[in-house]
Amino acid sequence: MNNAPRNKTLHQSAQERIHNFKEVNLGFDDALMLEEASRCINCKNAPCRTGCPVGINIPAFIKCLTQNDKDGALEVISQSSLLPAICGRVCPQENQCEGKCIRKAKLGGSVAIGALERYVGDYGLKKGTSALKAPAPNGKSVAVIGSGPAGLACAADCAQAGFKVTVFEAFHKAGGVLVYGIPEFRLPKDDVVAKEIDKLKALGVEFRLNTVVGKAITFEELKEQYDAIFIGTGAGLPMFMNIPGENLNGVSSANELLTRANLMQAYKEDAITPIYCGKSIAVIGAGNVAMDAARTAKRIGGGEVYIIYRRGREEMPARAEEIDHAEEEGIKLVLLTNPVEILGKDGKVCGIKCVKMQLGEPDASGRRRPEPIEGSEFVIDVDQVIVALGTSPNPLVRKSCAGMEFSKKGTIVVDEETMQTSIEGIYSGGDAVTGAATVILAMGAGRKAAKAIIEKLNERV
Amino acid sequence: MNKLLKIFDVAPRVKKYVVHTPVVSKHCLPGQFVIVIVEEGGERVPFTICDYDREQETITLLVQEVGYSTHRMAMLKEGDELHALVGPLGNPTDLDEYQNLVLVGGGIGCAVIYPQAKLRHQKGLKSDVIMGARTKELLFDIDEFKANCDNVYISTDDGSLGTKGFVTTVLQERIDAGDKIDCVLVVGPMIMMKNVSELTRKYNIPTVVSMNTIMVDGTGMCGGCRLTVDGQTKYACVDGPEFDGHKVDFDEAMMRSKFYREHEQKCNLRG
Repeated sequence: MNNAPRNKTLHQSAQERIHNFKEVNLGFDDALMLEEASRCINCKNAPCRTGCPVGINIPAFIKCLTQNDKDGALEVISQSSLLPAICGRVCPQENQCEGKCIRKAKLGGSVAIGALERYVGDYGLKKGTSALKAPAPNGKSVAVIGSGPAGLACAADCAQAGFKVTVFEAFHKAGGVLVYGIPEFRLPKDDVVAKEIDKLKALGVEFRLNTVVGKAITFEELKEQYDAIFIGTGAGLPMFMNIPGENLNGVSSANELLTRANLMQAYKEDAITPIYCGKSIAVIGAGNVAMDAARTAKRIGGGEVYIIYRRGREEMPARAEEIDHAEEEGIKLVLLTNPVEILGKDGKVCGIKCVKMQLGEPDASGRRRPEPIEGSEFVIDVDQVIVALGTSPNPLVRKSCAGMEFSKKGTIVVDEETMQTSIEGIYSGGDAVTGAATVILAMGAGRKAAKAIIEKLNERV
Repeated sequence: MNKLLKIFDVAPRVKKYVVHTPVVSKHCLPGQFVIVIVEEGGERVPFTICDYDREQETITLLVQEVGYSTHRMAMLKEGDELHALVGPLGNPTDLDEYQNLVLVGGGIGCAVIYPQAKLRHQKGLKSDVIMGARTKELLFDIDEFKANCDNVYISTDDGSLGTKGFVTTVLQERIDAGDKIDCVLVVGPMIMMKNVSELTRKYNIPTVVSMNTIMVDGTGMCGGCRLTVDGQTKYACVDGPEFDGHKVDFDEAMMRSKFYREHEQKCNLRG
């Protein structure tokens, strides 16, 4: 067995990349791919597979790669995931497949499964859509609401099974969080997201943009027109902290900053949509969205960016790579610190008052509960505050889908096996069901629902 | 899609657009809005729906040239198409419980209250209207209001038409005259909505205002449109756009609406 350490992917240097929005992680070249693939020892019980929410046959695709059989690798992945170029980039692999890899602790580190998946995904995108063909229609139809990862995954499987699929999207571009949320420097829009969506179009999926279901078309109308409905509307309203000063000018949600920068391309010099980035910015929260917001603000504003988080580094929920990249880019982590007030002058942010925290006993989440240290208040001078503390469910579906069951939190209640909601024929998955989670979990849920839809509609012949 | 079937000049730098949009016209109700992207790469701009015709599959938008995007829109001709249009968004006006409703419109806000006057007229509900503007040239559609409202009152700052003064001057007169007013719906500049709300507060007249805040998505995702109502954060796009005028923090809302003004000026220089 070779004890070679894990290979690192190529990167744009931190000094260079903080001045542009081009992709940071450049992946493996052919030589690195072969070297890394050969590190996989192809273990029989393949613990990595149990860590993958969609159960990709990881050892099998890596085996193909060791023989430079890219088509074979793509074939293996395609059985489980339709969006490898996206998932290879945004999955929290260290907690999933790579977290279970038996090389993790002693043998030079986990195999870089995510980077290998991305390599295969990008190869697939280069091949284009010419090989894809819409299957013979089976005469039945599915409406998918939302074109984010859950909706795309559900649409892809249903389309491959011969259903006529229409995806309804509120925005003027398809992709959901892949387009409005995750920045260009982490997930290129034209080169990756748009191409993955082109694959679905080649399968015959119709995208109806600028259409808010529940407003422009009612659930009743959808029920009349389609044999099944999948709701993948994602998370919703941004949460704020309910501390004084949150509505000052210069305070925004991470969603707003990211939507302006990504969907509306406001990072470009000639953009019409305005975006504000200050010279000293506090980002509240430590998930992927917080990292994305901090790194976006750094690139646009060019000033100091602080990530303020009430727990410690170990507890930060973001992908390890994103935290590392943020630090490399000069973003400062202000840990064990909680904001108590946003200070303003003439209606604009001028500072953020924080209190130092210490970790106490574990709470319901199993993480040690942060407690404020009395008398430890201090002020950081900032001219912008970006709040990235997650979202609460969007009220639109709740208001427009009579009779559907919702949890106390406002998320959609589904049968865990079939993803069917309390209304027959209406399915749901992704953040609309779980609250804010990951792209791959949403994809997994979309596929699970697709499986149930296909079985149900096919038995009704 | 989104073809501009008719364009009318209604006042200096104010145009009325009749837009063909089968989905929106089928479902929209007074009080709701749409988001428009004028041309590819443009920003998302919210406009309240000023009229709709389900048979002709059209909605009507009234647009005042104030910034880059509205300037670009003013350059479009009949037959041109808007790049994107999404809606209807927000909650419809819900004031049918009030018998004696006074509609108050300021400037182009008059256009926004018009569909409510029309729908009430169709339902046999009474409404009076107070229309206000700086000067008579900025007032329009007075005959349409006369056809749908019981009484039409007009104020202009310069006295060129109707009462010299503000809409609040006329509203005070009507209150003093003993008019029975169960509720006031007011749409216009924030400062006007604030002043009307302050007046009606003294008389405990329920007052509803339509908040035209900064927005990006309009579907409850970005939080840019948030405002404080009764001490709580609300989102104009999904909780509104109409709110209890006595509970809105107007000073905060006015301050927030100025946030992107510098950028807007930069764009205007370019446009």
